[in-house]
Amino acid sequence: MRGARLFATLAFRIVLIYVALFALSAGALVAFTYWNTKRALNAETDQTIQAEIAGLSEQYQRQGLGGLTDVITARSMHASLGLYLLVGPLGHPLAGNLDAWPAVQPSGRRFVEFTYERRIGGMVERHPARGRVFNLVGGLRLLVARDVRERSDTERIFTTTLPWSVMLMLTLGLVGGALMSRNLLTRLDQINSTSREIMAGDLSRRLPLSRAGDEFDTLARNLNRMLDRIERLMKGMREVTDSVAHDLRSPLNRLRNRLEGALKHFAPGNPQESEIESAIAETDRLIATFDSLLLIAEAEAGAARSSMSQVDLSILAHNVCELYAPVAEEGGIALHMAPSQKVEVKGNSNLLSQALANLVDNAIKYTPPGGTVSIKAEDNGQGVRLIVADTGPGIAPEDRARVIERFVRLEASRHSPGTGLGLSLVAAVARLHEARLELSDNHPGLKASVIFA
Amino acid sequence: MRMLVVEDDVEAQRYLVNGLRESGHVVDDAADGETGLTLALSRPYDVAVIDRMLPKMDGLRLVQELREHGNVTPVLFLSALSEVDDRVKGLKAGGDDYLTKPYAFVELLARIDALMRRRQPSAVKTKLQVGDLELDLLTRQAKRGDISIELQPREFRLLEYLMRHAGQVVTRTMLLESVWEYHFDPQTNVIDVHVSRLRGKIDKGFEPSLLQTVRGAGYMIRAKP
Repeated sequence: MRGARLFATLAFRIVLIYVALFALSAGALVAFTYWNTKRALNAETDQTIQAEIAGLSEQYQRQGLGGLTDVITARSMHASLGLYLLVGPLGHPLAGNLDAWPAVQPSGRRFVEFTYERRIGGMVERHPARGRVFNLVGGLRLLVARDVRERSDTERIFTTTLPWSVMLMLTLGLVGGALMSRNLLTRLDQINSTSREIMAGDLSRRLPLSRAGDEFDTLARNLNRMLDRIERLMKGMREVTDSVAHDLRSPLNRLRNRLEGALKHFAPGNPQESEIESAIAETDRLIATFDSLLLIAEAEAGAARSSMSQVDLSILAHNVCELYAPVAEEGGIALHMAPSQKVEVKGNSNLLSQALANLVDNAIKYTPPGGTVSIKAEDNGQGVRLIVADTGPGIAPEDRARVIERFVRLEASRHSPGTGLGLSLVAAVARLHEARLELSDNHPGLKASVIFA
Repeated sequence: MRMLVVEDDVEAQRYLVNGLRESGHVVDDAADGETGLTLALSRPYDVAVIDRMLPKMDGLRLVQELREHGNVTPVLFLSALSEVDDRVKGLKAGGDDYLTKPYAFVELLARIDALMRRRQPSAVKTKLQVGDLELDLLTRQAKRGDISIELQPREFRLLEYLMRHAGQVVTRTMLLESVWEYHFDPQTNVIDVHVSRLRGKIDKGFEPSLLQTVRGAGYMIRAKP
């Protein structure tokens, strides 16, 4: 898992590309050096041979074949690296320090490479050589060459060490890259985990700074500054909501007090009494709408995140089901709760209960007598769902997104009591829990699912 | 009963104080937190009704200080604040109950009654009795006269709460908070339906009716009408 992640990181891929490029250029450099060294060594050999040939050809012109043979014999005696061989028309050696004509085609002006054998104390040694072949008058052939074992030793050193050094380079590069990206990963992991905590509602957290003062620290500092601003804004918003709540609730409180006070002065049965009572009821509805709006605003601001705990949705759903069972029964509706195992989520149980109560309340309200409302809390392995399904008229697909908006009430429901905020509240509570509210067709009826991530 | 009201909204305070006096209580009042604390520490009260937001000293601080001084007077918080967690904060600070503004006066009165009742030391009861209705808390059985009554677990808790507050008005919100532990308004009259079912079990076919509806307030269980 970790290895796969390491490979997927940008840092590691960059390091990998650099290692590949570096290996390629280093390889090219070594190859060039090798080729150049070989060429220089060859040129030196060729010059020496050329000088020998010049000397031999002078001898040959001045003293003829006999002189040439003498010189070759003399040089063969002293030379350590120089190779000479003069053969007759039938291939038998006349002079020189080679035992037999090597596998070399007489090619005139060009230099040729071959291997020759030399017997030293019973052992046969094979060495590389480079030289030229001349055809003399009378079918004689002359080979002038030099032993180039030093050059081939150099070559061998090159060819045997090159793969090793490239491999070493790659290994070091990969290990270094892995270490470097792990370091980067650790820093990024810190930033990520802190961000998650902050997103989960703990706005007071800040990203950690290292002592390095590098780009990550600059990033963290900038993000922290951003968080400072967000925290200030949130705090400001909360203050505004609080003062709006306070400044609206206080006069509403006085209004309700006065109405209640007025009610005391009437004798029972006074027609104005019911007027005042409906005024009080209206005030209470106003308060209910206002409370729902504040609750939605709060849920959306994530204010309740700090008070979340593990909540068993199956118990929560069971309790809501039990709360509504008598009401459903009175309306001739069968209210079921599908039995379920423990289904735990992290959440605010009061808000979740309220959201579920809203859904069940809606379902019972819109399902005709004889219908069914079923509640289900399930964990199907991919995610947790809280489902309320009814057999009522349902909601047309084109209206489903709209009913979740605040104050939207469909034509069909205008005559029944309600604030038009019920589903908005459910959606807001769902968002607070990183869940979403989905409305779908129950064939027939409406299926409302709160799907937790 | 002696009460302390700490509330800075002049009109709300007057209404509250008058209402409580009309109900037969002796009421002292204060308009800011510091005066409130001084009063609360200098005289014994049966209940204190304290607004959450007060000048000079916040309601929460007031109650915290009160508790630090070892004062255990039951405190009912009144609050115009909205936050979901406010209630929890209020109770954590040492409050005994929490009521959000605007409130119905009967609700406030019912809660004050409940708080005072809670304060009176009572022997641990294993049996509750109202008239000929008996509730055995150990065997979890209900009887009216000699006839035993089958109750669902939630009905049992509902009846237990009502009987513990026999002779007192119990509001729907109080029932919802104590029996169901919900702190929200379920819109539909769910509580009424639960109570009427309970009534069907304990009162139907018996004389007199014990469980009464108090108009505009809630319910009350008592032996004599």
